[in-house]
Amino acid sequence: MGDKFSAFSKNHILDIYKIVMGILLATGFVVSVIGVDGMLTTILWSTIGALLFAGMIFLVIKQHLLPYLIKRFMEAGVTLLVIVTLVFLLLRLMPGGPFDSERALPAEVMANIAAKYKLDAPLLEQYTHYLGNLLKGDLGESYKYLGRPVSSIISDTFPVSLQLGVYALILSYLIGIPLGVIAASKHNTWVDTGSMFLAMGGVTLPSFLVASLFILIFSFQFQILPPALWEGPLYYILPVVTLGIRPAAIIARLTRSSVLDVIRSDFVRTARAKGLAERVVLFKHVLRNSLIPVLTYSGPLIADIISGAFIIEIIFAVPGMGRHLILSVTNRDYPLVLGVALLFSVLLVVSNLLVDIFYAIVDPRIKLAA
Amino acid sequence: MGTRIEIKAQTMITSVPNATTAVSPRHNSLWDESYKRLKKNKAAVISAYFILFVIGVAMFAQFLAPYSFDTQNVERILLSPNAQNWLGTDSLGRDIFSRLIFGSRISIAVGIFTAVVSLLMGTVYGAFSGWFGGKIDSLMMRLVDILYSIPALVLLVLAKVTIESLETFKDPELRALFSIFGALSIYGWMGMARIVRGQVLQAKQMQYIEAARSLGISSPSIVMRHILPNILGPIIVTLTFQIPANVMFESFLSFIGLGLQPPYSSWGVLANEGWRSLRTFPHLIISPGIAIFLTMLAFNLFGDGLRDAFDPKTK
Repeated sequence: MGDKFSAFSKNHILDIYKIVMGILLATGFVVSVIGVDGMLTTILWSTIGALLFAGMIFLVIKQHLLPYLIKRFMEAGVTLLVIVTLVFLLLRLMPGGPFDSERALPAEVMANIAAKYKLDAPLLEQYTHYLGNLLKGDLGESYKYLGRPVSSIISDTFPVSLQLGVYALILSYLIGIPLGVIAASKHNTWVDTGSMFLAMGGVTLPSFLVASLFILIFSFQFQILPPALWEGPLYYILPVVTLGIRPAAIIARLTRSSVLDVIRSDFVRTARAKGLAERVVLFKHVLRNSLIPVLTYSGPLIADIISGAFIIEIIFAVPGMGRHLILSVTNRDYPLVLGVALLFSVLLVVSNLLVDIFYAIVDPRIKLAA
Repeated sequence: MGTRIEIKAQTMITSVPNATTAVSPRHNSLWDESYKRLKKNKAAVISAYFILFVIGVAMFAQFLAPYSFDTQNVERILLSPNAQNWLGTDSLGRDIFSRLIFGSRISIAVGIFTAVVSLLMGTVYGAFSGWFGGKIDSLMMRLVDILYSIPALVLLVLAKVTIESLETFKDPELRALFSIFGALSIYGWMGMARIVRGQVLQAKQMQYIEAARSLGISSPSIVMRHILPNILGPIIVTLTFQIPANVMFESFLSFIGLGLQPPYSSWGVLANEGWRSLRTFPHLIISPGIAIFLTMLAFNLFGDGLRDAFDPKTK
């Protein structure tokens, strides 16, 4: 194991892997932001996905994470089952059905509609029926958008929400981490105070105020950015920035306190005592170690972004899933509510799982027990 | 018997901040020390005064507001800020300044009330879970984890609509208000439960608890009289952060049209109305936005100050 040569070659492979992934990811984002359609984007993203998956598998096997993973997947399954049951029951608790309308329909028509959607069956039967279909991957048909399967509504709108969320997440790391590091490295100076003041503003500014100001300035006053819709890179800027401000501020504050913690540790003093340049100490020793708590915060951060995205989608008329959540609940569109709630929960559960695994990979001191 | 243990508990806790700050040993209670540190934090002190001011405005809204929240004046619609209407008027000629003052009542009441309900629910749940530990603990915390995996706004919207459709009150506005209280409380208790449970788990290991146990004090009495007083700091800090979060959530719900309806006023309702006429009358959204921002800022700065005051190690 301690063989110098094997250690060298292993790192070599890892380095190549990192570089290739970096280049692929960068081109991937450029290509999808610019909006190149067709084969190129598909091939690029599937290559990235395959490589990521291969890397994960390699690390899972190497670090003996398989039993842990199996356990976590089973837990995730239970979680999602409970969520489906809960939402199902909550929906049936609400008075008023999906086909109530101002004008009362004849009783036979109502009975026929109820029979078609199995709404006349006992609750338990409806529930088992839904679960059975769910296991087959069938989310049912919407009650309001007649004849449209929930899965097709989701596949139409979800990519937009995902795009918005991912861009905002990336933006918040790109802004938050440097801001936090700068603040910490200039601890107790006006730079520190200023950045933390900015971050505090980012946490506390309500998104509709930020959005209003952006629209007033950039759309109405200078007319350089469109105030609504989602039709190209120019349209992305305002929603993504508005959504990203709060997470960026949270990350900046986290990074700052984490860096300050690490700066005081013994190995940093040693590195400085060795006579290393401050820049090297900061980037090679401090930053790497202080990013771990920041990365683990990604779970709650993603939850934050999902919730924030609903508001942003409504404000900027982004055709994502946010609109459907609110409309489907007030419409009593049971399958659509269940589908949307389930999808967001899956997203959250999976991202939490990925964060935990990632955590174990970057910090070998963490032992994930099965 | 109990008092002696308590004295021991007090000295154990205070010995830590005393050692690090080395202030004169005359004021040696944890609360005195924390209060002193808090007073030195200018931002926190100013924020505390601002919070008191906002609460005062909310309480005495009817004496402070020049007009009522629903007085319409068709001759004075959609005015920009002027001498008679300090923040202008809306499309029905209602005075924005008065609506903002009355709106603070709902927004602040929702924020504080739901945070307190969450505090009570979460503390009972978390203390129970943490104190019993083992299987009960992991089961109870698993439930919290599961509920936490539902995105906040999905849960809030579902809970809000469900509670509102139950026939709780005859008056639709009262029902809407109650459903907001309910939904935010249902969402808020989980965070508190997690924090209290973690703190109880830590406190359980302390020697003074072992001493209390060996003296044969009953479990409820240990939790109530020895553990809770000692973990009050983190609980208060969490409460301070939960209030602005709830104010924000209320404004979100109202903004997307799920909160109160006009003529009733909350900051979220005002923002929603302002949003619809953003292009032509931007002043309508700016004032509620700034009111929410300043309140959030004050509570957050005060919360930060409290946290640093209770636990001087974190900076």
